[in-house]
Amino acid sequence: MRPILALAAATLIAAAPPLFADDTLDVIAQFEIQSAEPSTSGYIFTRMGVAETLTNADPQGAIIPGLATEWSTSGDGLAWTFAVRNGVTFHDGTAMTAEAIANALNIARAKPGPLAKTPVTGVEPGDETVVITLSEPFAALPAYLAHYSAQILAPAAYAADGAGVEVIGTGPYRITDLAPPLSLKAVAFADYWGTAPNVPKVSYAAVSRVETRALMAESGEADFVFGLDPASVARLGMSDAATVHSVAIPRTLMIKVNAGHPALSAPEARQALSLAIDREGIARDVLRYPEGATQLFPPSVGDWHDDSLTPLAYDSEAAKALLSGLGWTAGSDGILTREGERLALTLTTYPDRPELPLVAAVLEQQFRAIGVELTIDTTNSSEITSRHADGSLDLGLIARNFGLIPDPVGTVLSDYAPTGDWGAMGWQNDEIVELARSVGRGDGGDEERARIAAILQTELPIIPIAWYRQTLAVAKGVEGTVIDPWERTFGLPDLKLAQ
Amino acid sequence: MKTLVTRGIQALMVAVLIGAATFAMMRSLPGDAAYRIAAGRYGYDNVDSAAADAVRDELGLGGPALPAFLTWLGDLLRLDFGTSLVTGQPVIAEIGHQLGASLALAAVAVLLSLLIGPPLGIIAGLRPGGALDRVLLVVSTGLKAVPQFLMALILILVLSVQFRLLPAAGHGEARHFILPALALALGLAAVNARIARDAMARIGAMPFYSFARWKGLSPRQTLLRHGLRNVSVPLLTYLGLQFVTLVEGVVVVEAVFGWPGIGHALVHAIFSRDVPMVQGTALFLGLSFVLINAVIDLVTARIDPRRAA
Repeated sequence: MRPILALAAATLIAAAPPLFADDTLDVIAQFEIQSAEPSTSGYIFTRMGVAETLTNADPQGAIIPGLATEWSTSGDGLAWTFAVRNGVTFHDGTAMTAEAIANALNIARAKPGPLAKTPVTGVEPGDETVVITLSEPFAALPAYLAHYSAQILAPAAYAADGAGVEVIGTGPYRITDLAPPLSLKAVAFADYWGTAPNVPKVSYAAVSRVETRALMAESGEADFVFGLDPASVARLGMSDAATVHSVAIPRTLMIKVNAGHPALSAPEARQALSLAIDREGIARDVLRYPEGATQLFPPSVGDWHDDSLTPLAYDSEAAKALLSGLGWTAGSDGILTREGERLALTLTTYPDRPELPLVAAVLEQQFRAIGVELTIDTTNSSEITSRHADGSLDLGLIARNFGLIPDPVGTVLSDYAPTGDWGAMGWQNDEIVELARSVGRGDGGDEERARIAAILQTELPIIPIAWYRQTLAVAKGVEGTVIDPWERTFGLPDLKLAQ
Repeated sequence: MKTLVTRGIQALMVAVLIGAATFAMMRSLPGDAAYRIAAGRYGYDNVDSAAADAVRDELGLGGPALPAFLTWLGDLLRLDFGTSLVTGQPVIAEIGHQLGASLALAAVAVLLSLLIGPPLGIIAGLRPGGALDRVLLVVSTGLKAVPQFLMALILILVLSVQFRLLPAAGHGEARHFILPALALALGLAAVNARIARDAMARIGAMPFYSFARWKGLSPRQTLLRHGLRNVSVPLLTYLGLQFVTLVEGVVVVEAVFGWPGIGHALVHAIFSRDVPMVQGTALFLGLSFVLINAVIDLVTARIDPRRAA
């Protein structure tokens, strides 16, 4: 038997050539590729530099030219003209024309997604321009065109019914092998209109277990690893195979509150829950972030973050006082009761982001300290929206992205004017609706934004807990890493592999 | 011939039962399927009532259960497995892609386990109570007790992170097979080493075995001519049963190693209420169980010296 064992051992060793001596940059993340359909998996194609959009966002969130070089709006704000970039070629060799753009956008806005929620009434090709008509003025339109679902693919990329069948983009990388659900391979596109990328080949692989992703970073076999949990980040910090990069992103960890719930309808009740939360503690010990949230909008969303706002505080005594002012008294087991009703709430959350269930467990303790009984229900993310729709949600612990559209007004309009699946629930504030619409139209500015932030801070239709940071591990030897806070690109074309 | 007919009827019953069971289970799960499917398609940042309504309209969800089930059964008879509700691809194409990856992994794992387990078991069984026998008992009990999830992580930590010999995860090259196959194989080998050891010890103690030695065959000849064939019968029968362990292991191991197989597909399909995918994958797993047992029946009938005689 010894020869067999020896053979097995020899195979093991022989099958292990030097792992990383190649010219391919390997990206690992948790996102699975559904298919070539841009409305579902499009964010992977844009992040990998395969597909592009008419507009882009710089790190500060300013909208900059992409496949459109410039844009202007008519006097009444009901028609936008986008100038088409010259000399752009799709990966199948055809030229990107105004017709191709109009085709891609018309297909995109017929599917569920941000574009379907805009007042766009038509997209027509013009003479080296694309004209988008609206039913009402909408200043944030260029930001919506930066969303991945508005990516421009060649006409041959779509089936007759508009379903994406092949990814034929314009980006610096051209897909050579698309293997849903887990991987894609791409090479530099020779006829790219912009600066040619440094790394000739890139690959993407979806790995669903966070433990495996962390170990792939630690073993150095992956060059770019996304979606790391706080514990892995701490361990990778000590590893010599990879460097951990971190940047604040426009995403907030928060509690979505059903303001229609009898126990939560008074703003004081929501303020009490907010006062019960030790944000510093959660940020430091669970998330390993330097600070907790002091308001809904993180500093990374620029215009919307208001430094002059009074920060959300942690004061459990004040929380108890507010609740006793609402008629709640402590029962024999320490849980508050009012007219025979216990202050017992269910917190719904989901495990897609590994930190959410951890934070939920801490909140259970912190709420119990002020006499609120919390039951945690960790389930599918869609239960938040489904329970929002049928009114059965009490509290939801969620991570909300303000950067889906690189202009947070998109999220504000869909979440708080007046309510939204991932925002306010059972809450009505006419003032905020007016303010948000005016910012959306373009006639509202800093003053309106500050007022929106102030209303959300006192009314607390949602309770902010922490501002997210994007962390990723980059292998030693990879230079030029820039993390896009808007989560739109992995920045692959600018990277270099050190020799 | 009779075995084949029995197995054929069995396969048909398995198909109907699995179809009905998965259908009933998926229907009775709590939560709104349209939202689950929308979350599977668009991701949690983008799932909202509008997306769920679009899914509901497109798929005609929420109709009565019985006609839906009968339609599925009718389609099945025409070998039409439907399309995935999440990706929109035909289920048969998705399963074909994923089943191939899983079968390749499972085959390598079984092969590896057969290289490791039975040889050690037979040597141990030749000298029951010997040093190797005792060590093997401890090691195989230990290996069997380690959950596959933990086993997979330990292998990655040791072989990928510590010694940098093998890639921690991935798919596509030969070296990507070794760790996931080993993670599966060690658990299988732990058990089939025990089976082989017990069979060998039992056969070694039988009069015909002693007689073979007595008539002048060397230990080696005795083992090759009279031992191996007898030991292989319980081993093969057990291999059929191990298929269950293997399927269960494949689900876990595929998730850890990022392997695009059927276990991985099943988990995701259940999570996002992709009923045709769940029915399709469960059906294929069930039928392959019947198929493997039929093959093992035939093979053992051929090699069992008692029946062959």
